[in-house]
Amino acid sequence: MSILQLLGESFVQHALLAALLVSIACGAIGALVVVNRLVFMAGGIAHTAYGGVGLAFYTGLPVLPITGGFTALAALLLGGLSRRRRERTDTLIGVLWAAGMAMGVILIDLSPGYGADLMSYLFGSILTVSTPVLWLMAIVDGLILALLTYYFRDILSLSFDPDFARSRGIPVDGLTLMLLVLVAETVVMLLQVVGLIMVMALLTIPPYLAERHTRSLAGMMVASSLWSLLFCVSGLWLAYQTNLSSGASIVATACAIYLLFAGIQNAWRWFTHVAERSA
Amino acid sequence: MNDAVIEIQDVSYAYDTEPVLEHVDLTVERGEFLAIIGPNGGGKTTLLRLIVGLLKPTHGRISVFGKPPGREPARIGYVPQHGNLAPGFPATVEQVVLMGLPHSRRHGPTFWSDERALAHEALNRTGVDALAGQPFAALSGGQRQRVLIARALITRPELVLLDEPLSNIDPYGRQCIVETLTALGADITIVMVSHDLGITASAVTAVAAVNRYLLFKRSPHPTQAMLELMYGVHDPNCPVRTQMAHLTTEDAPKDAERP
Repeated sequence: MSILQLLGESFVQHALLAALLVSIACGAIGALVVVNRLVFMAGGIAHTAYGGVGLAFYTGLPVLPITGGFTALAALLLGGLSRRRRERTDTLIGVLWAAGMAMGVILIDLSPGYGADLMSYLFGSILTVSTPVLWLMAIVDGLILALLTYYFRDILSLSFDPDFARSRGIPVDGLTLMLLVLVAETVVMLLQVVGLIMVMALLTIPPYLAERHTRSLAGMMVASSLWSLLFCVSGLWLAYQTNLSSGASIVATACAIYLLFAGIQNAWRWFTHVAERSA
Repeated sequence: MNDAVIEIQDVSYAYDTEPVLEHVDLTVERGEFLAIIGPNGGGKTTLLRLIVGLLKPTHGRISVFGKPPGREPARIGYVPQHGNLAPGFPATVEQVVLMGLPHSRRHGPTFWSDERALAHEALNRTGVDALAGQPFAALSGGQRQRVLIARALITRPELVLLDEPLSNIDPYGRQCIVETLTALGADITIVMVSHDLGITASAVTAVAAVNRYLLFKRSPHPTQAMLELMYGVHDPNCPVRTQMAHLTTEDAPKDAERP
């Protein structure tokens, strides 16, 4: 099948559109996760989301809204707890991480008609994204971008230096909770694409790459989104060519490109360093 | 008393049950350059964070400009310890200084030309305007510190609070920072935390030694009693409380009697 014929297929169009929508959220939120050192927190929220998937299966209600609501509550709980017991944050994340996963497994065990669908939430199913899900993702994207744009100055200040931001009267605690809820919603969107297991890759690798070559937080967000889109599209292409699963292919592509880019950059720095010395 | 910028009355602070500060009284007047000295873990940073309003005292009362701490954010320029910042944060020097703008009704990712003019004025005052376009992460420790001071100065504050601005900075950088601070003007009140006695430069008008308790003297040099408060408390037999009794009356005894 030629590329043009492939692009004519509705599932391919849906997959590419989903990749774009996910990359927008992922780039913006991933950048904030990385600069605020919330990677482990995001991991905890991502795994707690599995409890929401279990709840949706058990009650027979639509998965995305239920998981979205459940994960947002978990993010608020985690944010509230970690504020009161700062030195215990990593342990609390571990507890919620495990509790969410266990709840998901138990609820799915108890649900009638357990199917292969479950795997799609663990490993992603970008090739089966439906039109209503695309709409929902677009709405979540719009909400994330609107909130981040409106609060950009405050978020920039608190990400760089929360103590100073507090001293200027910025509501750091409230904005941090908002950020965690946005992380939760981004994670729920990512469930569709790469799945729970590999959420972390798309939230961390694109921003980490972007941080190496950008000079502002906004620039880092845009660059992360573009890297993420590149990973998704090339991963999908790889999956199509090799008949491998799409989620794992996307992450594998991301990791390979990251290693290549970081390697070239380090080699270049070493080369210019040596050149400067000998000059 | 009308000229008091900071008033602290009988303030105590404890983390959980661990007392950090006890019965602290301190009045800082307009135009004063106060150096807060003391050992690590002695409560210097806690005291500064109480004044900024990041912590609430477990006992006692603090007022800044006659109001509870945190009510006048734009009149205070806070410079936290720079070692805690994320190392690779993508921001230029100018962007870092713009982060010091007060929390206001202006929103969105772009800054206005009047705001950028304020940022350059602040950078000029700390002598690092030439670095405005550089990435913050690429600067030396001393340059970073002066950028962070510029961030605090962007609102033209009347009170500047600095937490260990000279730690991990080379001697030349330290000199630049001290001169930057002294050049701010006589009507600006400065409170600077330092664990280094050597910085008590000629510009310092008062010294407070903090090691759970606080001793204050309107003089650039620490007293004998301050030295004993700072360095004697680690010895379990050290008669700090007896010292305290002596010190509530004016000048410190030159040779403290040991029981």
